Amino acid sequence: MTIIDDTDYGTPRVSSDETATVTIDGREVTVPAGTSVMRAAAEAGIQVPKLCATDSLKAFGSCRLCLVEVEGGKGTPASCTTPCADGMVVSTQTEQVKDLRRNVMELYLSDHPTDCDGCARGNCEMQRLAQETGVAEVRYGLDGANHLADTTDHTNPYFDYDPAACIVCSRCVRACSETQGTFALTVEGRGFDSRISPGGTDFLSSECVSCGACVQACPTDALTERSVVQLGMPTRSVVTTCAYCGVGCSFKAEVQGSGDDTRVVRMTPWKDGGANEGHSCVKGRFAYGYASHDDRQMEPMVRDTIDDEWRVVSWDEAIARVAEGFRAIQEKHGVGSIGGISSSRCTNEEVYVVQKMVRAAFGNNNVDTCARVCHSPTGYGLNHAFGTSAGTQDFRSVEQCDVMLLIGANPTDAHPVFASRMKKRLRQGAQIIVADPRRIDLVRSPHVEAAFHLPVRPGTNVAFVNAMAHVIVTEGLHDEAFLRERCEDVDGYLGFIAQPEHSPEAMEEETGIPAADLRSAARLYATAPNAGIYYGLGVTEHSQGSTMVMGMANLAMLTGNLGREGVGVNPLRGQNNVQGSCDMGSFPHELPGYRHVSRADVREIYESLWGVTIQPEPGLRIPNMFDSAIGGSFLGLYVQGEDIAQSDPNTQHVEAALRSMELVVVQDLFLNETARFAHVFLPGTSFLEKDGTFTNAERRINRVRPVMPSRVGRDEWEVVCDIATAMGYPMSYGSPAEIMDEIASTTPTFAGVSFSRLDAEGSMQWPVTDAAPHGTPTMHVGSFVRGLGQLTTTVYVPTTERSNRKYPLVLTTGRILSQYNVGAQTRRTPNSTWHPEDVLEIHPADAELRGITDGDVVELSSRVGATRLTALVSERMPAGVVYTTFHHPVTGANVVTTENSDWATNCPEYKVTAVQVTVATEATRAAAGEAPEASSAPMPAGAMARHR
Amino acid sequence: MRQRGPSPAPAPAPADPERAASVRSIAEELSGVRGPLLPILHEVVETHGFVHDDDVPVIAEVLNLSRADVLGVVSFYHDFRRTPPAAHRVALCRAEACQARGAEATYASAADRWAGSTEVEVGEVFCLGNCALGPSGTLDGTLHARLTPDRLDALTEEWAR
Repeated sequence: MTIIDDTDYGTPRVSSDETATVTIDGREVTVPAGTSVMRAAAEAGIQVPKLCATDSLKAFGSCRLCLVEVEGGKGTPASCTTPCADGMVVSTQTEQVKDLRRNVMELYLSDHPTDCDGCARGNCEMQRLAQETGVAEVRYGLDGANHLADTTDHTNPYFDYDPAACIVCSRCVRACSETQGTFALTVEGRGFDSRISPGGTDFLSSECVSCGACVQACPTDALTERSVVQLGMPTRSVVTTCAYCGVGCSFKAEVQGSGDDTRVVRMTPWKDGGANEGHSCVKGRFAYGYASHDDRQMEPMVRDTIDDEWRVVSWDEAIARVAEGFRAIQEKHGVGSIGGISSSRCTNEEVYVVQKMVRAAFGNNNVDTCARVCHSPTGYGLNHAFGTSAGTQDFRSVEQCDVMLLIGANPTDAHPVFASRMKKRLRQGAQIIVADPRRIDLVRSPHVEAAFHLPVRPGTNVAFVNAMAHVIVTEGLHDEAFLRERCEDVDGYLGFIAQPEHSPEAMEEETGIPAADLRSAARLYATAPNAGIYYGLGVTEHSQGSTMVMGMANLAMLTGNLGREGVGVNPLRGQNNVQGSCDMGSFPHELPGYRHVSRADVREIYESLWGVTIQPEPGLRIPNMFDSAIGGSFLGLYVQGEDIAQSDPNTQHVEAALRSMELVVVQDLFLNETARFAHVFLPGTSFLEKDGTFTNAERRINRVRPVMPSRVGRDEWEVVCDIATAMGYPMSYGSPAEIMDEIASTTPTFAGVSFSRLDAEGSMQWPVTDAAPHGTPTMHVGSFVRGLGQLTTTVYVPTTERSNRKYPLVLTTGRILSQYNVGAQTRRTPNSTWHPEDVLEIHPADAELRGITDGDVVELSSRVGATRLTALVSERMPAGVVYTTFHHPVTGANVVTTENSDWATNCPEYKVTAVQVTVATEATRAAAGEAPEASSAPMPAGAMARHR
Repeated sequence: MRQRGPSPAPAPAPADPERAASVRSIAEELSGVRGPLLPILHEVVETHGFVHDDDVPVIAEVLNLSRADVLGVVSFYHDFRRTPPAAHRVALCRAEACQARGAEATYASAADRWAGSTEVEVGEVFCLGNCALGPSGTLDGTLHARLTPDRLDALTEEWAR
């Protein structure tokens, strides 16, 4: 395999119902009206030379290389800025334009390093064009004024900017503006002095978010990945899927070597990726180095007790130990005394075999997944309302959205590539309502300003969504026809929500949202041609998480914002495969495809295929497993790629549960926090080694292709099969493709999915059925999956976690752009340059009251625990609410979070903890029972866990 | 204090809070006009003599632009000077009409006379619309016509040499 060289059409695709037919160099081509001559030529297979044009950016017309001649026209227009007109006859290679190009190119080269061999990229668009245009020498010499002595900016950890190689084509500036929407780059100065500048400072201290779009756009060697400078150019590429957030960006892994000697040179975003369409963020683009980090554990290990040293053993010995241990526990304590936890970081195929191992080999339903602690209320709530546990739209839908209602999500940090799409649409004139306690970037940042920021107090989401619905119904803004035709329990709901106790005025004190703002926001949402709801864990991780999901579904149904593009209810999933791990039957009550274990017809499908009896009763959820462990009835646990000791709430309780177990098996990349309590450690594989599929937040099934073979000797799905086999239930597959075939044959929504179909289509969004053989971008068109949409009376019940005199502040948690979840991966990359520690953001008034200034070490305590971090006084916070991230185990943010959880799904209430904050003193340090130095001593690992 | 992640790093606190407040009030006052950035920058130069690097983030914040956006505009126009002006400023027209009437000699003489001066700076402009009476120029902002080296000397007699 070689490098995949994408065709660059020069200017973006135009959509139009009208067409134009033109003749270019004798070839006739028909294109949508408004298409540039350059793009039409490319579609006809003719590449017009260009430097400032690329098809992800609007035409700019500055480089003057793409000049062409048009029959009957005057002069030599730039083909990038000239739209096709019907009947146009264009010549791209006349002597006149060739001569012009050669002269222009010669001028460029008169201020450009001559040493192409010494250039890191080895080949670039500039060099190729110099050859094509036939510039043999530069007549002007190189002694004139030039920029060749300009110095390189090495401050960004991932890429260099060498102004000497820059031709000031502005592609980087435009990529930063148009694609990423950060506007961190500009052309500084004028004329000959013009230089690309990150705002008058170096790259690291600039507004740059290191998404890599500028590097991707650069046609010369001016912006180059550091890894390319160090390793040289890659020799082959493999299209695969990013393993960070739920956006699920497609990348080309560009590598050198093959087999065990494979070395990743860079990850470049894939233009044909359905989720990202050629864009990326700092994590997926650059932060893949953890996969080859020295901390990675490469061999299986066992120990008798958690106080013993680890002992490296063979795979066979480790697997035998697991199988014998689990069977022994079951013999003594019953079939239900062991269980497994699957990971949203693993592939669908890996997750499927874990739940199969639990159901078929363990013989119980004690399987749960880390989605329990993030989006389980999404699955429950959306299934209840619409009949499908998934978002209703694809990402592209946002391009049709007029009003976005963003609730409890911070996309610019947590889902950056989708945030760029949102910002693009906002710059086109769409509006956004942000409901979030913090003033996140989408409230106001360069070129984006929210129509309303509703600073909803943590824990009062349902009161807020009810007030929105109340305004819509009592002001008659609801879509009566949609409700009558497509929904049920309409009158009951309308009567409920119209009650005066739901009014914004009545709820103002509870939610902290000024009633007038809420009313205006509700009107804006209800009257938009297309309004879409986007939400994150600020919705789900509450005691009323499921209720809130239903409340948002109510809003969308009330206003008829379902079943077409630009609308819907869209969860922004935290992890790469949260959607998929839930789809695969990871919950203790559901078989793959969200079918309850009590359904005999569904059990029958698997019983006949697997040759076992499946329990008709749901198994234990994660918190039940912990409680049962402490109670002495649950003694064996297999944990796949999730660091429950760091990511689950109330760390003390989790640790006590793990200590109570007889056999804890951890499969992970690193010796994580949970591994401190494990008896067997099985090394896992990184996404670069996996063969399978991830399903993103828009139900898009993307292929994950192995860039290199497993570095630990076995694939994770193989290990799971080996454990099951050793336990006496033979499980084996020839390849992950066979696992997907089994999934497809047993799960109706996946009926049309196979690796070969995915390879042919690029990706598909489930349901993929006979009726929708290419997948389903928009759900619930015409009717809901459950038939009629279910309106639900969403009674607001305040959380029991209230601030009081002792704990007067509310702590809420979130994520930051450069780090990911518990940081197991990103902390092992240069991303820590930007975020070396977690900080506690606190409102200036709350800080002043406590004598806290910026940079103070503070003590953060709740009724369950205490921890210490550095304070950041910030006007992003509302008074009364403090905020931190949980990327660094030293912080132990979950030491303070409580066991409150969603009433329906047990999703923990991470977003609301009553706390007190004080300046840390020696005394409070002693009271907290630990010195921070001690807790930071073992470099913690913890691969994969809580997803924001 | 620390970087907040590759979310846009916060601008450093301005060294001169009084100036920052003044620039902010200029920016806020003019933020409602159409295309507010140029009028704001003109007003900042008018009030403070030049655009300080620390003014850039203040203006960017008020207009909800990036710092790079503002810097790009500031650096494009020579009139948005980025260093404090000298006590006296000579700007001589070097466009075609004035050149035809001998502007170059006046310019050369002025440039030579105040070379290295910290009190007087000599700049060039291209047409003040006073072609019939060239060579033209401004002395501390006031238009003068028919400038010769001698007339220039006479007009600036009072200036420290």
